[in-house]
Amino acid sequence: MINLEVPRKLKGLAEQAHDVAREYFRPISRRYDREEHKRPTELDALAAVMEGMEASGATMGAGAGGVRKEGGGEGNRNGANMATLLGLIELAWGDVGLLLTLPRQGLGNAAIAAVANEEQRQRFAGMWAAMAITEPEAGSDSAAIKTTARLEGDEWVLNGEKIYVTAGQRADLLVVWATLDPTKGRAAIKPFVVEKDRPGLILERLEEKLGIRASDTAAFRLENCRIPKENLLGSPEIEAEKGFGGVKQTFDNTRPLVAGMAVGLARAALEETRRLVGEAGVLVDEQLPPNLQGAAAARLLELESDYEAARLLALKAAWMADNGKPNSLAASMAKAKAGRSCVEIALSCVELCGALGYSEELLLEKWARDAKILDIFEGTQQIQLLIIARQLLGKTSKELR
Amino acid sequence: MSAASSARRLGLKALRRIASSPALARAGGKERLARLLYLASRETSRLGSRIARTGRPPARQRTAPRADLFDLTPTEEQELLRGAVREVAERVVRPAAKEADSACAVPEEVRSAIGELGLLALGLPEELGGPIAERSAVTSVLALEALAWGDMGIAAAELGPAAFCTALSLWGDGDQQAAYLPDFAGEHPPVAAFALAERNPLDNPLWPRTGARRRGEGWVLEGEKALVLRGGQATVALLSARTERGPALFLVELPAAGATVSPMPAMGLRAAQTARLTLEGVAVGADALVGEGDPKVFSAALARSRIAWAAAAVGTCQAVLDYVIPYVKERKAFGEPIANRQAVAFTVANIAIELEGLRLLCLRAASRADQGLPFAREAALARAFAARRAPAIGSDGVQLLGGHGYVKEHPVERWYRDLRAVGTIEGGLLV
Repeated sequence: MINLEVPRKLKGLAEQAHDVAREYFRPISRRYDREEHKRPTELDALAAVMEGMEASGATMGAGAGGVRKEGGGEGNRNGANMATLLGLIELAWGDVGLLLTLPRQGLGNAAIAAVANEEQRQRFAGMWAAMAITEPEAGSDSAAIKTTARLEGDEWVLNGEKIYVTAGQRADLLVVWATLDPTKGRAAIKPFVVEKDRPGLILERLEEKLGIRASDTAAFRLENCRIPKENLLGSPEIEAEKGFGGVKQTFDNTRPLVAGMAVGLARAALEETRRLVGEAGVLVDEQLPPNLQGAAAARLLELESDYEAARLLALKAAWMADNGKPNSLAASMAKAKAGRSCVEIALSCVELCGALGYSEELLLEKWARDAKILDIFEGTQQIQLLIIARQLLGKTSKELR
Repeated sequence: MSAASSARRLGLKALRRIASSPALARAGGKERLARLLYLASRETSRLGSRIARTGRPPARQRTAPRADLFDLTPTEEQELLRGAVREVAERVVRPAAKEADSACAVPEEVRSAIGELGLLALGLPEELGGPIAERSAVTSVLALEALAWGDMGIAAAELGPAAFCTALSLWGDGDQQAAYLPDFAGEHPPVAAFALAERNPLDNPLWPRTGARRRGEGWVLEGEKALVLRGGQATVALLSARTERGPALFLVELPAAGATVSPMPAMGLRAAQTARLTLEGVAVGADALVGEGDPKVFSAALARSRIAWAAAAVGTCQAVLDYVIPYVKERKAFGEPIANRQAVAFTVANIAIELEGLRLLCLRAASRADQGLPFAREAALARAFAARRAPAIGSDGVQLLGGHGYVKEHPVERWYRDLRAVGTIEGGLLV
């Protein structure tokens, strides 16, 4: 039966996440925006509490550790993907930067959860894993990765450069994507777990950013960095058709989550703006045609319709993942719509609130800065459109570049 | 459960069996299905006409149970119905759409093929011969989408009367229902209109200029309704007029003294023969007022109408997407298919994204309505989104074909015209 309401059994979880966002994130939001690179130690205790909740099953498998493709099974499911999405929407409503630097909830953890074997999963349990894909010469074009991995006896030897590693400084592990053979393209690119204390892994710098300043973004150099053979995630075989599957698999699961972050941030901006323009005497009438209302009210209706479309697209993608339906197209649609909408919404909300919206008195201007990354990381707007267009038009990446 | 409705349930069970059999996929299966659906809905129609007219309490469809989980899977019946409508849309409606647009009329064989689907009775309570016990705006959304994929003008022409039927099912009293509804389950359903729009710039449906003045026990109506679907053929209209309590819905049988209908052809929806209905001192009885003039009834009607237009837009936008994909893959420029260019491919991707967003907005509003949850906000968002995105998708459809899109050899220019109705028109359709 068609129903697009959030299931009752997950409402408690969303409420808990909302409380965390309101009580823990919002009060320190401005402080860690100003003091970039300072570790928000308040989150350590919070992470422990959240792990306790997770272990007790109260989170329905939400959290970076839990996002996996579900098997088919009987009947309709609202499982870990939806639970995680709903939690993230609320946390992002609080602060996207702080959410990204929640200990042990990194993207690397999602990659480990998606492709690690049992032994690896146990060995890396309880550790914070950051994802290291991007290189100075390989952004969206992740198949152009130049970092190499060479097998020497029982060890992999890694060489190369990685940038834009979210939580790279604070995490315990890096999931480093490197090629076994630069002549073999995507198929040869594999993820490796690199413990942060391995010699040859050098933290080069921390970036100074437009937004999400509470979250550290690190650049690394790998110079003959040696790791055990068992730290490769997945198979060492270079299989043409399976190649790069790991990255894609991870992204199919995480794109809806980034869409969720955009949805949460957009809602924060809309709620604040509705409150402020409401105090200024503008109320949105849902029945009256927009053209008969003030421009501000009409604009808010428009923005809210984009927000709602993005939210539903993200829910759909998560629902498909929970029910074992291939969701690559839906995930990209959600990410594309939510990414661009949250930027437009946040920037418009600043405009609607005028000088006050632009000032640091409120968080609106910060949200507008934070928003932009959500249309960039985990695949930029343009990459999502390429993925969608290729699927719709039946084009290869060679034909539609 | 009455004998008739048990019989109908058995019929639906049989339908399900047929639907799941692989034989159906073979020749003629779908056509038979459509026929069976029609018969199943006909099963109880005789019952309806026997209902006495005086003082009967109104019949209503049940509110759907609250769903527990987020779910985008239609029920088996919905899937069956959608498949049957889609089949007719593809085989009968689409091929007739161009001619219907230029002739401003729906050909008889198209009318009867759609009529056989029994869609008009979807909103009818079981006691009055309706095929489903529970209220289902979602089912209406799916049917509208599937039919408007074939053609929005024809869909509007043929499903306009369903708006009237659903409105009386939802808000009519026992006598109003007995007077008009049984015919909708019968073989020759009446042409009925649901008229809210007026021809004023910045038209405000919440404050119609058409006024209703009390006279004795009854009312006198004065004003003008615009873009009334099949206004010239309608034998009865449900229209909005302002009373001292605000906007209200009135039943007006046509022709009536003081009522004049004249053609009001428009940019699109031409197959639906849009008309102007002028009311000059039209006297109606006390029993013409629907829903006791409750402003909440009017609000719900307006919201349901907006969901319906957004749903029709989903169908036509899907038609655009399905049409441009093969076109841009075949059309060559500078030595390769234009689909290989990002400017073209991204436009296609964006149509798909916004269309899917619109579809989900419609379904959410409709499913909330079915479950008895507030849905004014969701309907407003679906409308706001449709008003902006649907015409843009129509425009992209023409643009992707370039000059070829501007001529009537291709259907995209018609979709461009039809999609502008969304966000412009109020009333006419309803879920």
